[in-house]
This record gives sequence, C-alpha cells and structure tokens, in this order.
Amino acid sequence: MLKRKDLLGIEDLSRDEILEILDTAESFQEVSTRPIKKVPTLRGKTIINLFFEASTRTRTSFEIAGKRLSADVVNISSSTSSVSKGETLIDTARTLDAMAADCVVIRHSAAGAPHTLARLTKASIVNGGDGAHEHPTQALLDACTIRQRKGRLNDLKVAIIGDVAHSRVARSNTHLLTKFGSHVWLCGAPTLMPIGIEKIVCENGEFLHLTNSMDEAVQDADVVMMLRVQFERMSESFFPSVREYFRYYGLTSDRAARAKPDVIIMHPGPMNRGVEIATDVADGPYSVIFDQVSAGVAVRMAILYLLVGG
Amino acid sequence: MDLVVKNGRVVDPARKVDTVTDVVIRDGIIRAIGKGNVADVPVFDATGLIVAPGFFDIHVHLREPGTEEAETIATGGAAAVAGGFTAVAAMPNTKPPNDNPSITHYIVAEARRSSPARVFPIGAITKEQKGETLAEIGEMLEAGIAGISDDGKPVMNSQLFRRALEYAQMFDLPVIQHCEDLDLSKGGVMHEGMYSTRLGLKGIPSAAEEIMVSRDLILAQMTRGKYHVAHLSTRRAVELVREAKAAGWKVSAEATPHHFTLTDAAVADYDTNAKMNPPLRSADDVAAIVEGLKDGTIDAVASDHAPHHINLKMLEFDRAPFGITGLETAVGLATTRLELPLVRLIELFSINPQRIMKVKPWGLFEGSSADLTILDLNRSWTFDVNRSRSRSRNTPFHGWHLKGKAVATIVGGKVVYEDRA
Repeated sequence: MLKRKDLLGIEDLSRDEILEILDTAESFQEVSTRPIKKVPTLRGKTIINLFFEASTRTRTSFEIAGKRLSADVVNISSSTSSVSKGETLIDTARTLDAMAADCVVIRHSAAGAPHTLARLTKASIVNGGDGAHEHPTQALLDACTIRQRKGRLNDLKVAIIGDVAHSRVARSNTHLLTKFGSHVWLCGAPTLMPIGIEKIVCENGEFLHLTNSMDEAVQDADVVMMLRVQFERMSESFFPSVREYFRYYGLTSDRAARAKPDVIIMHPGPMNRGVEIATDVADGPYSVIFDQVSAGVAVRMAILYLLVGG
Repeated sequence: MDLVVKNGRVVDPARKVDTVTDVVIRDGIIRAIGKGNVADVPVFDATGLIVAPGFFDIHVHLREPGTEEAETIATGGAAAVAGGFTAVAAMPNTKPPNDNPSITHYIVAEARRSSPARVFPIGAITKEQKGETLAEIGEMLEAGIAGISDDGKPVMNSQLFRRALEYAQMFDLPVIQHCEDLDLSKGGVMHEGMYSTRLGLKGIPSAAEEIMVSRDLILAQMTRGKYHVAHLSTRRAVELVREAKAAGWKVSAEATPHHFTLTDAAVADYDTNAKMNPPLRSADDVAAIVEGLKDGTIDAVASDHAPHHINLKMLEFDRAPFGITGLETAVGLATTRLELPLVRLIELFSINPQRIMKVKPWGLFEGSSADLTILDLNRSWTFDVNRSRSRSRNTPFHGWHLKGKAVATIVGGKVVYEDRA
C-alpha cells in the first residue's frame, strides 16, 4: 500500500512507489481478460470522479477501474456540478467529504486545484490532470506500456514531441522517465518550449534534453511520444497554421524511420490525425496507442487499490 | 493634543537632527525640540527608543468605497498605525474608482471621521481607469489628492501617458505607474521562470515590467514630468531607474517588502498568499531590489497593502486575486532583512515618500504637525495575523519572527498606537 493519502504528481513520487504501482497494475491486467471482469477488492468504497474539464477517456478509464474493483463510482462533470452555480471548489470538496467519499479523482483546468483539495479533504485525492501541471496517471500508464514493450524503464531514448509548454503529460512523463535514468528529449517549436523547462527536473537533470529539431529528437529513439495539438494555440500565434505545424512536428512514416527499428509510437489521445500524427503511423505496426488505453485501466485500478484498499 | 515625548533618540535626516532629547507638542503641533520643564502635559517616555518623522506608506489599497468586506478606511487606517505609519496614500482602484472629486471628497471625509492614520487619496490618471481619456486631475487635486495613478492597470497608450506626464506638471503631482505590458503579461499568474514551468502556471515575464519602465522613462525625460515607478520587481527595471537617475531625470521608485523578502519559490504549494502583481521574482531580482534600496536607486518602501476577502483568496490559484496585506509587517521586514543604517531606513519610510507625493512635509522641526513613529530596533516579535487590525487575512508572513518594530505611533500629537514590551 502507498504510504500517502493522495496522488498529486509524479514529481514527489519515489521510484519504489512508482514500481509498486506498476507491479500492482500488471497483476490487475489479468482481471480485464476474465469473462467476469470484477474483483471484490474495493466493495463498499465510494469513488467520485470530479471532472471540471471535458474528458472521455480518462473519466471512463477511472470509472471502469473503480467498477472492476467493485467500488461505487459516481461521476460529476462540470456541466452538472454546482460550480456553475457559483459554489467554490473547496465547498464542493467538503460536500463530497461529508458524504464520506473514500477517493476523489479530480480533473481541473487550474494547476494546483488537486493540491488545494488535498489539504482540505479526508478523502484521498487523485490528480486526473491539473492545468499544465501534471497528469500522473497518464505517465504511469505510459510507463506500464513502455516497461512491458521494452522490458525496462532505464537507458531508453524517449522523444516527447509537440506542445510541451501546455502539456501536463510531457511534465509527468519527464519526471517519471528521468527518475529511472532514461533520456528524455523534449521537442517542439521554440514558442512551445517554456522558459526554465531545462530545470524542471530536480534530480537527474542530465537525462533531460531539449531540441527544436524533430529529426534530432526521433533519431535512434526507443520511444516516440506525440502530444496533442490544441487548435486555439494558433490564434495565440504559437504557430501559424496546422499545415506548417505538421511540416515540422508531424510524425510521418519517413520521420519515424529515423528511430530504432523496434521503436514504439505513443499518444495520450485523443489524436488529431494529420496534425501531429499521420494516420499510417497511428495505425501502423509500431503504434501502441491502444495498449496505452488498456494499461490505463489497470494502472488506475492499482492506484485506487493502493490508496483506499485494505 | 498636548504631549511631551521624553528622552528619545530624535532622528530626522532631512533636518540633520540626531540627538537624545524631548519633543514638546501643543495642539497637535511640534512646539519645541529640546530639554526643558513643561508642566501639566502628558508624558510619553521614549527612553531607549527612536523618535522619527511619521512613516508614510505611499501605496495602499483601502477598498472603500466598494469592497468594504475586505477593508475600510477605518480598518486600513488602524492597520497602518499598528504598523508604524502615520500616513498612507490610497490607490484609486475602489468601486467606483477615485476618478472624480466627489469620490476624493468622500475618502478625505471618511478618513477624518474614522481613520487614526492620515489618508492621502491618489486620483486616477484616466476616467474609470480605462486608459482612454484623462480624469479631472485638477478638480481632484482641489479635493485633496496627492498624486495620480491607474494602479492595478497600466496606461498602455503611450500618447495618453505622455499627456498625463505633461498635464500633471501644472499641479506638481507625481504620475505613478504600475508597469506591466498587458500583452506580455496576459493570463499570467506568477513570475515566468523555472517555477512557473514546473508548476504549470502561466508566467508573467520580467520583460512585461521592464518594457514599460523603459518606455515611461523615455516619456518622462521627454516631458520632464514627475514620474514614479510603483513596486519595482526585476533587476533590469532597477538598473533602468538607476541609469535614468544618473542621467539626471526626474524619476523616483518604490519597492515592496515582499519583493525584497520572497521569491517565486514561495508559490510552490500553490499558496494564493504568494500571488501578487508584480509577481514574486527570482532570487537574483530580490538581490537587485535590496541593492537598489541600499544605494538610493529605490527611494521608498511601500507595502502595496492589498486586502482581499478569504472567499476570494480560497479560490484556485488561477482564479484568486493578486495581492497581500502589508501595512503591519513592512517596517519589521525592513529592519529584519535589509540591515540599513537608521538614517536610510527613515529616508525610505518617511523623508522620500513625503518628497515623492504632493504633501505638506512633516518632521522633527518646530511648526510641523506632530506625526511621529517611535521605533524599537531591538524588539523581537512574531507577526500573528489573527491579531491584525486589517479586515483581511491574506498574508504570507503569519508566524514570521521579526526584529525591529514601531512600538508607538503618534498622529497630531495623539498616541494612536502603542505596543510596549
């Protein structure tokens, strides 16, 4: 079991904690292959998915994870929550606490919102993505996928490409993979590479590399991870057009050929086909995009179990 | 009010006074400085203490009219004297803003009625602080303003700011700018740097401040206007002011206690009491502010006292308002952190603020209004926000151990605050 109340980010997780989560996730993967996909582990526990930002896959993944562990899962999305009635996040959280929720999974557009909640609730808080800060369960499911495909989390070259500035996925993966001694190459247009990004890793900073050249990032990579492009960035002049973006930072099969022959291609989803990733690559033999989704359920089962089980 | 302040170390750098003596006050006016027998007058024993000209915080937000749940002129004035300030200059971003003489009149009248500290209103530069057309600066001066500013909002339009610098000269009013290029700072909630990137919060680059300081200094030179930079926060901005002063331009600048005390690392836990504008900057910027305070580049310490109700400060970091309270901690932070000679401390807190703003000077001379700050530089104390006189509680300094305190505040010969050990 994890000796912590909440899971707020990868940055403050130890390697042992990460390995415990991944090992537990692997043991839960088998549950999803059974004809009756359910174990009684969290029977009688209440898990609330509190989503202030649109999400289909993360919310569904947490819901399925909770239900496969026999927990009672309640979904609250921003359109139905009382936030639109002016209630503060803190009152919402205290209300959920008063209903004796065991765990609240929160996604919020404001970085730090889960940390605010965690200080005030008895329930365990799981960060389901906060602004441009962290998305720890995504990094853990990515690590689960990488470890199963590559057999290790160290000594890999991992290229993370795209909108690094606004990506919580990039931050969480960078923290996780550098902790294990893999080389992370963050790559994007200079407008999308924020000031100080080279210093975001507290330890093992020597494993973090930056480049504006996608060819350099992909060269001999073991893993290529594409980030989703948000179209509203165009109006803010981070890049001029989708066409030009794809020209420099789109993953085509030609570019993918620069990577190691056994490269795996990852994407946190949802994909913009033809914007950051070509369809033939997304659906090609190196793509593990749907393995990531499967791993997501197992990793979230592991996290819920390790936080509120027992 | 009559009073004799006995046996204190009387220090007034502007009048070259530094001697242990008495200050005799009659009807709120200093009548004599020197030893002598005075009968039938109450005595304030200042033995072992420093008697300084009343401290003047030239950058506070009193929130009245309009946001009285956060602060009122009465509670803000009480916090001021508890922090050793005999006077404050109140920024105009009230609701409605102080952009016309009727609001100025109200603030002046309410301060006379309810505030233990003197309150000098600052008028808006532009109508409704919208940055579009000049407010009635002369009319507001007649009603009692001591300067003009659109604080909280910079005047982005260079032509309009030029006009303000020109027009204010006929009243000898300082034009005070909150320097922030709004295009560069848009959406930002903290200093742009490693911490903002790690925390996933949108940054406000140092350039947002430096570009506007630079533009303003050029306009100040061109117009020969009386220009004052509010709350300097970056190294380059300090250097720009230093260069302008060396060139002999008529500019002044202030810095806040939080900008010489804290860095952007204080945001790490998403503490909304570390959210202010300009934001807490890097350690190098803090060092530059301290240098500027020591070498005379920065003329004044001003608190930017910005009370906000807990209901707003408990919101998500992105949504919470900018600002912290500061009146009661400013002097203690300066004496604890800055290691300044006493004369420099008094210049920063009283002499220079009086020169920057359009006010009738006070100090330790016969005929001055008897506004005095009594300091104990050896007093160790702990700031307890729960005992704050402010109506708001948004401070990052709760529980801080400080050395040096204003132990009494005298306004018009009346002891309006006293905290003897």
